[in-house]
Amino acid sequence: MAKGVWIVAEQRDGALRKVSFELASAARKLADQLGEEVGAVLCGSGVEAMAAELAKYGVDKVYVADNAALEPYTTDAHATAVAKIVKENDPAILFLGASAQGKDLSASLVGKLATGMATDCTDVKIADGKLCAIRPMYAGKCFGEIVIDAFPQMASLRPNVFPIVECAKAGAVVKFDAGLGEAKTKVAEVLKEAAGKIDVAEANVIVSGGRGMKGPEGYAILEELAGLLGAAVGASRAAVDAGWRPQADQVGQTGKVVSPNLYIACGISGAIQHLAGMSSSKYIVAINKDAEAPIFARADYGIVDDLFKVVPALTQEVKKLLA
Amino acid sequence: MNIVACVKQVPDTEAQIKVKGDGSGIEEGGIKWVMNPYDEFGVEEALKLKEKFGGEVTIVSMGPARTMETIRTALAMGAEKGIQIDDPALYNADAYATAEALAAAIKGVPYDIIFCGQRSIDDDSAQVGSILAEILGIPQVTFATKLEIDGTAVKATRPIEGAAVVVATSLPCVITATKGLNEPRYASLPGIMKAKKKPVDIKKAADLGVSGASKSKVAKFTPPPARPPGKILCADDTPEGKAAELAKLLREEAKVI
Ligand SMILES: Cc1cc2nc3c(=O)[nH]c(=O)nc-3n(C[C@@H](O)[C@H](O)[C@H](O)COP(=O)(O)OP(=O)(O)OC[C@H]3O[C@@H](n4cnc5c(N)ncnc54)[C@H](O)[C@@H]3O)c2cc1C
Ligand SMILES: Cc1cc2nc3c(=O)[nH]c(=O)nc-3n(C[C@H](O)[C@H](O)[C@H](O)COP(=O)(O)OP(=O)(O)OC[C@H]3O[C@@H](n4cnc5c(N)ncnc54)[C@H](O)[C@@H]3O)c2cc1C
Repeated sequence: MAKGVWIVAEQRDGALRKVSFELASAARKLADQLGEEVGAVLCGSGVEAMAAELAKYGVDKVYVADNAALEPYTTDAHATAVAKIVKENDPAILFLGASAQGKDLSASLVGKLATGMATDCTDVKIADGKLCAIRPMYAGKCFGEIVIDAFPQMASLRPNVFPIVECAKAGAVVKFDAGLGEAKTKVAEVLKEAAGKIDVAEANVIVSGGRGMKGPEGYAILEELAGLLGAAVGASRAAVDAGWRPQADQVGQTGKVVSPNLYIACGISGAIQHLAGMSSSKYIVAINKDAEAPIFARADYGIVDDLFKVVPALTQEVKKLLA
Repeated sequence: MNIVACVKQVPDTEAQIKVKGDGSGIEEGGIKWVMNPYDEFGVEEALKLKEKFGGEVTIVSMGPARTMETIRTALAMGAEKGIQIDDPALYNADAYATAEALAAAIKGVPYDIIFCGQRSIDDDSAQVGSILAEILGIPQVTFATKLEIDGTAVKATRPIEGAAVVVATSLPCVITATKGLNEPRYASLPGIMKAKKKPVDIKKAADLGVSGASKSKVAKFTPPPARPPGKILCADDTPEGKAAELAKLLREEAKVI
């Protein structure tokens, strides 16, 4: 009988990603309801020391594959390693992050393990001893409750949505051999973005600009506010298609889905495809000179005025607050 | 080069989605159906490879009768032929069962490279391309924004948070396409006329030897949680006054700065 709630921990460049702690906390909660253990799979090179950190967030056992061929991440090697240890231990539930790496790895695992998965979930619970995973569908226009009739019951969890809860457990390390064959894929090159740039998919706060910014120069005032708030700067598709901002910053149905604590939309009308990418943000602020813009229907706080006057004034106010 | 592009028919991005009263699904009436936008990038890349290396592009799509329209759209863009998988047994297929059916259909045609969209914009599960690669036992690169092919060597660029990775692999492989890969062409009028005569093979589950048995199901559909109405800030009529009110609310009420 399949038993245990497992996660695949995500690490890059020698550090665990924040989503790993979110996964551990969510897994702990469900494992306690089931009276089962939390296991974490950790793959990479020289990663064993990270096990102790996972233990802080409720992981009972950490299954570590330490192998130079697991660094940097490739789908092929990581999916092979994770599938092997999962098949050997038969956990009931397996969580990954719905991050760039987690989405890639999890889909491959569904194929290797011949199971089902709920993608990009915003809530998970136990009903009748089984996983019930809640996820937005149709770009957030409706939600689905997914149940899975195979093991492990897999779900990828949307980053920034699940709370991180400290709960110290043993975090006992169990080493395993990744069982890698000849590599089918290799990383030829890593193209890093400018140092210090925060990715919109990982940011707690996003200051986003649309066609109302008038041109690439307009973003300087957003960059300044974002700098103060430790925020990422996002963009609508109109701004990206105009070449004002890079594709990586686009929020929406054909861009990134984001869930920050605070999303400040400046000069963005709130087209349905844009809302699809940001409506699960905890707080939404809209700054737009058109009182009829649809973005106001989603905003917690709205300002109807010229953004070129409001944003610099807001920056001054934030400076005062942070002083 | 033999190229396969998988396309799914989905509701137009503007479509209003209404959940059925009993939560068993969505109301399909009044929906305009289009090709999944990510699949347009896949079809475009397939056509570009054909133009460069020669060969044929086969479109594979699973779905009910209306799906034929989307296959014709891809044929009008320039693909040679299509396969439609249409069987009521597959209407509730999950990602795994969908990939199984697509794999069975694709095994019947020669292929060097297979394109899928990074995800469909309706079910949004972002799984089918990867599962397909696993079932066929070939490598994959997901979320590709750039693709270079030289002989059988493949280099594909995929963005990750704060960086992009260039992945090297070899044909045959599955590539899942995302925005940035190319600018999909529109079907031309002569293209649309020609598409009407291009062959499309219709397959049933039994022809493919698949059952459509799913591993997962949507037990219930629910409307999104309602958002409480927001506040329009107007305590003071100047931009400075509104900005000050906002900063205060973000600090004291929302506690997010
Ligand atoms: C009436 C109806 C009921 C459904 N009920 C369920 C259900 O209960 N549970 C459930 O999980 N799903 C259900 N589905 C959706 C299901 O058939 C999906 O196609 C399947 O789950 C694949 O997931 P996805 O579309 O999210 O694919 P993704 O993995 O997001 O798609 C990625 C890519 O794979 C390719 N692809 C995906 N689907 C197809 C296809 N059909 N034909 C060709 N290429 C394709 C495309 O290139 C696409 O861009 C239902 C669909 C219909 C029409
Ligand atoms: C298949 C498909 C996929 C799509 N995917 C996406 C996606 O992923 N993301 C996305 O964003 N869009 C997407 N779109 C595009 C979307 O439909 C809209 O066209 C786009 O979001 C509009 O961008 P915008 O709000 O910046 O521009 P506009 O709609 O032009 O809005 C500009 C706003 O700025 C305001 N404004 C102007 N000047 C000022 C000023 N001085 N002060 C204050 N306010 C001002 C105006 O009142 C207006 O509301 C998609 C469309 C399609 C068809």
